[in-house]
Amino acid sequence: MPIRRDKRERYVEVEVSAPPEPIWVRCESCGELIFRRKLQESQYICPRCGAYFFLSARERVASLVDDGSFEELPKFEIPEDPLAFSDQRPYQERLRRAREETGLQDAVVAGTARCGGIPVVLAAMDFRFIGGSMGVAVGETLRRAMEQAARERKPFVLVVASGGARIQEGVLSLLQMVKVVAAREALAQASVPYIAVLTYPSTGGVLASIGSVADLTIAEEGALIGFAGPRVIEQTTGERLPPGFQTAKFALEHGLVDAVVPRAKLREELTRALSVLAGVE
Amino acid sequence: MTDEERLRVLEEKAAELRRLAQENGLDLAAELAVLEQKITELKRGLYTHLSAWGKVQLARRPDRPSGLPFVQSLCTAFYELRGDRVLGDDPALRGGIARLGGKTVAVLFHHRGASPEEQRQARFGMASAHGYWKARRIMEIGARLRLPLLTLINTPGAYPGVHAETHNIAGAIAFCIWQMLRHPAPTVAVILGEGGSGGAVALAAADRVLMLENATYSVISPEGAASILWRDAKFAQQAAENLKLTAHDLLRLGVVDEVIPETPGGAHTDFQGTVSAVRDATIRHLAELAALPLDELLRLRYNRYRHVGSADTAR
Repeated sequence: MPIRRDKRERYVEVEVSAPPEPIWVRCESCGELIFRRKLQESQYICPRCGAYFFLSARERVASLVDDGSFEELPKFEIPEDPLAFSDQRPYQERLRRAREETGLQDAVVAGTARCGGIPVVLAAMDFRFIGGSMGVAVGETLRRAMEQAARERKPFVLVVASGGARIQEGVLSLLQMVKVVAAREALAQASVPYIAVLTYPSTGGVLASIGSVADLTIAEEGALIGFAGPRVIEQTTGERLPPGFQTAKFALEHGLVDAVVPRAKLREELTRALSVLAGVE
Repeated sequence: MTDEERLRVLEEKAAELRRLAQENGLDLAAELAVLEQKITELKRGLYTHLSAWGKVQLARRPDRPSGLPFVQSLCTAFYELRGDRVLGDDPALRGGIARLGGKTVAVLFHHRGASPEEQRQARFGMASAHGYWKARRIMEIGARLRLPLLTLINTPGAYPGVHAETHNIAGAIAFCIWQMLRHPAPTVAVILGEGGSGGAVALAAADRVLMLENATYSVISPEGAASILWRDAKFAQQAAENLKLTAHDLLRLGVVDEVIPETPGGAHTDFQGTVSAVRDATIRHLAELAALPLDELLRLRYNRYRHVGSADTAR
């Protein structure tokens, strides 16, 4: 019996540090079964129908920065589960599960890197971690990243993939909106540029704070950009939504973003924008 | 009999006694005093032991003191500024320049309306993109003139609509937060009723945040939280308890600086009393802040939000 328990514990530990990934992935848009390696090569775009899969924060970072240039910001500790929140499941348990599934501490990864040789501070959100929602940990990470960018006079790049505020942290989540805008002001005071990349989804409290105050805003093709979700709008107002509502193209047409770029061209576009801002020709 | 029913019976009895005393010239003062004492105790019990859900109901009352009548009573003079200069004028979020405690201030407030027609036009206090763009314009005017800024919050949330989205309501909220953080004079926010999500925080990035005793301040409505997390809006009461949205919860979390007590029956039973309690608290906080040099004020404001939730701010 003791031997068996040991085995079991070892198995759990392995699973925590390296979640097993299925070899085949099904495209939710066209139903095609795709070999994972092939999907990785195509930057998580379905080779058959062109649908975009979520990029994890680490994959996103890797897709944008120069190889081997990313250095994650030091870890820090914050009080966790400040409201001792519980719904159908305790929030602690949701956090634990999200950590196991993503290998991340919370819904954002941030660090220093180079993009086309230009030093930047870059943060990418991860939708798989409780919808990419912004609670204290995300707000704090972004605050630290922006303050470092301001200190080191490096442009700040944020890739948004978030449904909004983290409900389970209540008003403390809501106030992260203020925290990240305050840190954004620190960038402004240091005359350091901030580029936002809006992806699927960029909504709610994250769009209504850090997502909307960049100097330059790029939408990834396939992005969803809006304050309230389509269902909430329909239910509250009874309005019929216009075609293409809250898509990247819609945002461009309504003057909400500066460019719409397909995923495969994002690295190039970001480098071009950074070069112009940094005065590199 | 519930406490509420008992209260109604007692109030009827007191009214009856008063009528008798007047009609027959009887001296029933002693009896009345006993009755009124009981009524006050009952009310205090009823409203101090309110559940979070009970407070949500109270905060949402249409007769909750707030909006234009509140500002007109609070301030000795009020000149309303209208329109965002691009899209139009939103009746759900209003503001202007006012006189308060012998000082000129910029003031912004949600307006829910009294008549059904007015309520419909004001979307029950849910301001749209042009409301928040107007708010930002008024904040900028206040900044230019170095006026202290007072905001009075009572909204279910920002309006979710096609027009709001196409005119960048998210950006309007973000820019209000940014403008408030940069405001070169003291800022005080008072949550009078519902402090609903982004629509509330857009006006709440202040040096001091005060709440009426039965007001609420939440990242999402309890119904919204219930339908997302429990997948059933019927769990709204449970969500309300869990969200820690009451004034006393938020005081403990360090989010709110002061809870302004309400009359035992709730703010709606004493409009003038509520106005004067809010006036006293606001003038006191503005005076404290006015004593600080500007760079110190901005430093304290930045630090307040820089550490929210991450330092041990809980009391």
